[in-house]
Amino acid sequence: MKKSLSWREFIITRLIQSSGYSAILFVALIFFFLLREGLPTLGEVDTSSLLNIRWYPIENYFGLLPLLTGSLIVTLGAALIAIPFGIGTAVYISEIAPRWVREILKPLVELLGGLPSVVLGFLGILVLAPFLRVFLDLPTGLTAFTGSLLLGGIAVPTVVSVAEDALDSVPRAYREGAWALGATRWQTIWRVTLPAARSGVLTAVMLGVGRAIGETMTVMMVTGNAPVLATKLGSLFSPVRTMTATIAAEMGEVANGSTHYHVLFFIGMVLFIISLVVNIIASSVVFRAKKRAERILS
Amino acid sequence: MKRAFTFFLLLSFIITSCGSTSSRAVSESSAQYIENKGSDTIVNLALAWAETYQGDRPTVRISVTGGGSGTGIAALINNTVDIANASRRIKQEEIDEARKNGIEPVEFIIARDAIAVIVNPKNPVNELTLKQISDIYSGRITNWQDVGGEDRPIVKLSRETNSGTHVYFLETVLRLGSREDKTLFSMDTLLLPSSEGIISEVRDNPNAIGYDGLGYVPQDLKTIGIAKKQGGEYVLPSIETVNDKSYAVARDLYMYTNGEPSGVVKEYLDWILSDEAQLIVAELGFVPVK
Repeated sequence: MKKSLSWREFIITRLIQSSGYSAILFVALIFFFLLREGLPTLGEVDTSSLLNIRWYPIENYFGLLPLLTGSLIVTLGAALIAIPFGIGTAVYISEIAPRWVREILKPLVELLGGLPSVVLGFLGILVLAPFLRVFLDLPTGLTAFTGSLLLGGIAVPTVVSVAEDALDSVPRAYREGAWALGATRWQTIWRVTLPAARSGVLTAVMLGVGRAIGETMTVMMVTGNAPVLATKLGSLFSPVRTMTATIAAEMGEVANGSTHYHVLFFIGMVLFIISLVVNIIASSVVFRAKKRAERILS
Repeated sequence: MKRAFTFFLLLSFIITSCGSTSSRAVSESSAQYIENKGSDTIVNLALAWAETYQGDRPTVRISVTGGGSGTGIAALINNTVDIANASRRIKQEEIDEARKNGIEPVEFIIARDAIAVIVNPKNPVNELTLKQISDIYSGRITNWQDVGGEDRPIVKLSRETNSGTHVYFLETVLRLGSREDKTLFSMDTLLLPSSEGIISEVRDNPNAIGYDGLGYVPQDLKTIGIAKKQGGEYVLPSIETVNDKSYAVARDLYMYTNGEPSGVVKEYLDWILSDEAQLIVAELGFVPVK
């Protein structure tokens, strides 16, 4: 009896363990695949032409800078919208809203997160882009800013959902302590609750940014896809071409094994590395914050 | 194990014999399959043809797939299709490669396709020369004022680079048909992933200029008259102007077979050039060859 129990336990432990390790395995396999398909680029195209400002693959112009800056500027814009808006909503839901409002708002926000991005893209093309063109008097409404607004909308539910969970898990005693010391509601939120939930809120922000930089469909539909180098803040209001849209638009018809094919995988590799770096920075910040918190508490 | 094997053998025997009694009449004469593959521009037309043709002749089966002109020609070279569709002429290298495989590509012009240049109806510009369109798309002209319009910036719209229409437009309009010319699309040209994207932006934006196959252009957009040279006659795209070659931006659409076709493939190609099939061409917005 006892023996069979330990035996069963052994199997279950191993199963859980292997499913845990499988995530690492899959990431490693995907990265290996990207390397295998993307690295030949470095042998086929000079580094200097990869740093060119012209992307026109059918004539062998493989400048990646316009795509890189395009992705960065759209993501930056989306983050500037999603972070304050998302954290604000999370604070309202968790700290201020009465119970019944919270019970309506939270599922609604999560429903928003489930909207297919292609639907948002249609909204963008038919409503948002024409409106922005007239409202801001731009030559065209298909700009990085349009993409940022929609991506911000896509990232907000992620940010709200994770940040709200983090705020919710801050012990009630913290708030009561602050109130007892005479802090106002705002002082409590800004000085006590938010800092206490810092690591969760930071995770929320990173997940939101990750969602934004990886989003493809919406961006491809509304940013105009013109591979122009985005150098200044004004580029936010002109068309850009992102890395994800480039891969999605061109992968379908590219000849397997050609230089263009390898360059597209190389772009995928760059995207992978960017999100890896974002994640590493986020977790190291969280780690450091935790350590300091432990020091203070002990 | 052995018994199971016998059982399956028996079962499959029964099934095949049952099948053959009911469908013998068809299956004997319907060994007539036509594999048709290639250009995405032509795929809708090829499908419409295949459906009509099969409707009248139940013994013929035509399978139509897209994938692009290059894909179709590659399949012809590897001898895996009977007919390859292409929206561009076969290249000399491709002919050489085919001959190496013992394939002799034979060309048929099956329809024509005009590319219309479109602007918003609010835009007062009605006519442009080829050179002006080239200058607009290459970024040398950036304001509608310079081509007789209002003081507005020009927003250039194009299909994505993998579209055959994009390449055709680059060669015929931007480079004015010259092989040495290395003009490229201006970097701020918007590359939209679909015809629909171009049309909805032109419909909405008075600054925009776009191009698309004549068959895809809706009535509420303005089609630009194009002159081949400065001082030449401005011509709107239509079946007549494409066939008498006065409209400059039109191309032939091709089908290629291995050697002179015979049997069922020949019958099909003859039918494609008949009046009945060419009527379908006009219905889909392409230009009939006759």
